[in-house]
Amino acid sequence: MKRIFRFLSFPRKRESRALRSGGCTALRAVWIPAFAGMTALLFAAFAQAQTAGLDAAQETRYHQLINELRCLVCQNQTIAESNAPLAVDLREQVKKQLTEGKSNSEITRYLTDRYGDFVLYRPPFKASTLLLWAGPFLLLLGALIWALWFMRSSRKPVAAPRPVDEAAVQKLLNETRAALAAQDDPKP
Amino acid sequence: MRFAIPIVLMLGVLALLGFGLTHDPREVPSPLIGKPAPAFALPGLGGTPPQLANADLKGRPVLVNFFASWCAGCRVEHPVLMQLAKEGIEIIGIDYKDTDADGAQWLQRHGNPYRVVAADLQGAAGLDWGVYGVPETYVLAADGTILFKQIGPVTEQVWREKMAPLMAGAKS
Amino acid sequence: MFAELGHFALILALAASLLQVLVPAYGLVTRNGRALGVASSAAQAQFFLMLTAYLCLTYCFIDKDFSVAYVAANSHSALPLMYRISAVWGAHEGSFLLWGLMLSGWTLAVSIFNRRLPQDLAATVLAVLGFISMGFLLFMLITSNPFERIFPVPLEGQDLNPLLQDPGLIIHPPTLYMGYVGLSVAFAFAVAALITGKLDSAWVRWTRPWTTAAWAFLTMGITLGSWWAYNELGWGGWWFWDPVENASFMPWLAATALIHSLAVTEKRGLLKSWTVLLAILCFALSLLGTFLTRSGVIVSVHAFASDPARGVFILSFLALVVGGALTLYAWRAPKLASEGELKLFSREGLLLLNNVFLVTACFGVLLGTLYPLVIDAFGLGKISVGPPYFNAIFFPLMAPLFVLLGLGVFTPWKRGNLRDGLRRLRVPALFALVAAIAMPFALQGKSSLVIAAGVWLALWTLATAPIELIKRIRAKPTFAAGLLSVPSSTWGMTLAHTGLGMWMLGVVCVTGYGIERDVRLGAGQEAELSGFVFGFEGVKESKGPNFVSDLGTVVVERNGSAISTLEPEKRLYPSQGSVMTETGVDVGPFRDLYVALGEPIDKANIGGDWSLRLYYKPMIRFVWLGGVLMFIGGLCSMMDRRYRLARAPATQRSTGHAEVLA
Repeated sequence: MKRIFRFLSFPRKRESRALRSGGCTALRAVWIPAFAGMTALLFAAFAQAQTAGLDAAQETRYHQLINELRCLVCQNQTIAESNAPLAVDLREQVKKQLTEGKSNSEITRYLTDRYGDFVLYRPPFKASTLLLWAGPFLLLLGALIWALWFMRSSRKPVAAPRPVDEAAVQKLLNETRAALAAQDDPKP
Repeated sequence: MRFAIPIVLMLGVLALLGFGLTHDPREVPSPLIGKPAPAFALPGLGGTPPQLANADLKGRPVLVNFFASWCAGCRVEHPVLMQLAKEGIEIIGIDYKDTDADGAQWLQRHGNPYRVVAADLQGAAGLDWGVYGVPETYVLAADGTILFKQIGPVTEQVWREKMAPLMAGAKS
Repeated sequence: MFAELGHFALILALAASLLQVLVPAYGLVTRNGRALGVASSAAQAQFFLMLTAYLCLTYCFIDKDFSVAYVAANSHSALPLMYRISAVWGAHEGSFLLWGLMLSGWTLAVSIFNRRLPQDLAATVLAVLGFISMGFLLFMLITSNPFERIFPVPLEGQDLNPLLQDPGLIIHPPTLYMGYVGLSVAFAFAVAALITGKLDSAWVRWTRPWTTAAWAFLTMGITLGSWWAYNELGWGGWWFWDPVENASFMPWLAATALIHSLAVTEKRGLLKSWTVLLAILCFALSLLGTFLTRSGVIVSVHAFASDPARGVFILSFLALVVGGALTLYAWRAPKLASEGELKLFSREGLLLLNNVFLVTACFGVLLGTLYPLVIDAFGLGKISVGPPYFNAIFFPLMAPLFVLLGLGVFTPWKRGNLRDGLRRLRVPALFALVAAIAMPFALQGKSSLVIAAGVWLALWTLATAPIELIKRIRAKPTFAAGLLSVPSSTWGMTLAHTGLGMWMLGVVCVTGYGIERDVRLGAGQEAELSGFVFGFEGVKESKGPNFVSDLGTVVVERNGSAISTLEPEKRLYPSQGSVMTETGVDVGPFRDLYVALGEPIDKANIGGDWSLRLYYKPMIRFVWLGGVLMFIGGLCSMMDRRYRLARAPATQRSTGHAEVLA
C-alpha cells in the first residue's frame, strides 16, 4: 500500500535521528523485499477526524483534495495519510481555505506556489506533461494502426494463375465441339 | 531495421536510469527561486522584540536559516554556520515549530550564529516559505529576492560552491 | 561456523554457475555433446549449494546468532520462531539469497523436466539461466553478502521490521519472487530460440507451461500483497499505484500478453518474433523493478537502503543481460519468419489486439512511473505522478480489452464470422446490460453511468468466459463424457477469465459504493455506517511476545442484533520503536466491515476518546477471489496433457522403428 515505511507513529520530535527532520524520520535504512502491495508503515497514525465545521459538499471536496496532495515529508504518502506535522498543517490549511469559500483550484494554487507541482499527485496538463497524458493513447493509436497493417500485409497474395496450356484447351474445345456437332446433327 | 527499435528504446531508458542514480529524488526544488521572499512578521525568540519582517531583510544579501532544537541535521550544519558568522556573514535564524524555551536552550548550548532569531512556533511562516523540513537555508539578494534554497544541512562545500558566489554577486 | 559455511557455499555456487555458462557455450561452438551435458550437472550442483547457503542462514536466524550482521539487523531474541525463519527474506541481502535459491530451483526443474529437449536447446537455456544466476551471485558476494559478521557482537538484535511480522507477508514475497524468477525461464527460452534460430511449435509447447507457471505465481504474489496491505495498513485500500506496486504490475501485464501471444504462436505459428520480444520484455521489466526498488532512483519507501553501488551493479547487469538479448534480437529475429494469414476476426487477430492493449497499458504504467525522472532529467523541475493519473490512464485502456475478451473466447481460430459472432453474443451482451442496470439499484439503491459500464464489463466477461467450456461439453453425447473430455487448458482459461470478471465486479463495487468515515468516539459511544452500528467499548492495554498494544473493542450491530466484535489494535514494537496498525475486519462474502484504530485524542489518556476509521467495503473479497481464480486457472493450464506430449517425438521414433522391424 502506500508507502512501505511508515515510521514512528507519534511524531515525537525529539527522537528524530535523520539529518532532516520534519517528524517523518527514517528509523533505519530498511529495505523491504515485497514489491507489490507493500507499503506503509510510517506514521501509522491517521489523519484525525478533522472535518468539523465543513458542510457535506465541502467535506467531500476536503477528502478529495487531501487524497490527491502529496506530503513532502513522508514522500509517497498523501497528506490524508501522513501524520507528519507538515501534513497536519497542510490539512488544516485546506480546511481553512474551504471554509473561506475558496475553490479547489485556488487551494491547489496556494500549495503549488509554495511547493511546486510536486505536491500534486495528479500532474497538471502543461507542455511538459503533454507526453505523459497523451503518450499512452498515442501509443495505442500507433499500435492499433500497426496491428491492422500487420494483419493486412499477412494476407497471402492471391496465387498467380497457372500458365494455361493453350494446346490442351484447344484440344478439349475441339473435342467438345465435335461431340456437340454429332449431337446436333443426328444421322438421318 | 525495425527489429533494432527495442534496443534503441532500451538504451534511452538506461540513460534515464543512469541519470536517476546521480540525483536525489527527495529534494524538491522551490518555486520561490527568483521571487520576492514571502511576507511575514514574527516575534523574536522568547517572545522578545525585535519583531522580524520582510523589510528587515532588505538592503544587503542575507542568509535565512530555518532550524529547530529537535532537528538533528541542524546540529550537523551548526559549526558551519558558526564559522560563517565569524566571517561576518549575516544569518537570520527562524526557529521552526519549536518552543521558546527549547530554542533558547539549544542556542545557548551550541552557540548562536544568528544576528536575529525569530520564532515561528506554529510553522506558519515556514508554510509560506515552502519549508518542508529543517534545516533549510535561503540566500536572499539585497532587494529581498530569493536566489537559492539549500535543502538539508549547509556544508562547507555547498557554501563554497553554491551560496558564497551568490552572496558575493548580490553584494556588488 | 554456519555463516562461513554458507558463504563458502555461495562462492562454490558462483563457480558452478560459471561452469554452467562456459562449458555448454564451448559445447555449442564445438558441437561437443558431452560439454553440453555439463549444463544439467552444473545446474543441479548449483541448486544444492544454494540450498546449503540458504539453510545456513536460516540456521543462523534460528540460533539467534547476532554475530552475523544481517541476523542482528533483522532478528531479536523475543521474535517468535516462525518469524525468525521468515526473517531470512526480511530484508535486502536475505531476499536476494531467496531469489537466487528460487532461480537455481527453477533451473533444476528445467534440467529435470526438459530432458527430452534437443540437447543444444536445453544446454542453451540452462547456460542463459546460469548467466543470470552468476550475475545475482556476484551481486550478493560483492555488495550484499548476508553472511558478513560484525564485531563487537551485539547482545540483542534490532528486530525484524514489524511490518513483516504478519502471516500475509511471510508468503507474499516468496510467491512474488517465484513469479519474477520464473519469467527468467521464458527469457532463457527466448534467447535460446534466437541463438539456435529454431522456433517451432515444439519450442512453444516447451515454453508455455513455464511461462504460465511464472504468470500464475506473479498473479498470486500481487494478490497476496494487495490483501496484506488491506489488512495491515489501516487505510482500507488495496492498490495504491506506488512505484513498488507498479514494479510488480508491469511484468504482470507483459506476462499476460506473453501467455496470449504464445497461444497464437503455438496454434498458428504466427507472431514468433513478437513473442520472443515479449519474453525478453517480461524479464527486463522484472529486472527494472528490482532496480527501481533497490537503487533509490525513485522515491519509494524501499529506496532507503539505497547504496549507489547496488544501483550501479543492477543497472550494469540489466544493460548486459537485456541489452545483449535485444542486440541478439535485432540480429536474429528477422530469421524467425512467421507464415500464414492473420485475420482481424479470428481468435489470433483478437489475441493480437489483446496484446496491443496490454502492452499499451504496461507502457502507460511505465511512463507514469518514470516520468518524474524524465522531467527531472530535462531540468523541468519535479512532479509527482500518482493514483489519479494511473486510474485515468489504465481503465480506459483496459475497458476495450474486456469487450474483446468476450468476443475472443467465442471466435474460432483462423476465421471467424463477425456477424455470426455478434448474433450469438447478443444474449450474453443483453443479459449483462440488463443486469448492469438493474443490479446496482437492487443492491445499493443507486447507480451511475460509470458503475453501470463497469458492471457490464464484469458481467459480460463472466457470461462469456465459459463459452468454450460449454461448447466442448456439448460436443459429447453425455454431460459426463463432455466434462471428462475438457482439456485442463480449457478449464484454466475459463477459470482465469472468470477470475478477471470477478475482480472487475469487486473493483467497481468497492470503488463505487465503499463508504469511509472518520469518527471520534469515547467508550460507550457509537457511530452508524450504511445501516451498521459500530459501538466503541474503549481501549485497553495488552501485551504480545515482542510488542505492547492498545487493543480496542468495537461491537457491530444491525437492526439490534449483534453481527461481530472487532478488535482493532495499535502495536508498539519497542525494539524498533515502530507502531503497526492491526485492523479489525468482519469478513463477509459480499461486504467487509473494517475498523482501524487511530490515535487517542488526548495522547496521555488512552481511556478517553479515540479517532477511528470505519469502512464499509462491498464486494472487496471479489478482488482477491479473482486473483486466486486466475492463479488456479494458471496452474490448470500448465498441467495440460499436450505439454507432456511434447516429449512424444522420441517415443514415436522408437515405435516407428519397431514397426519397421515387424
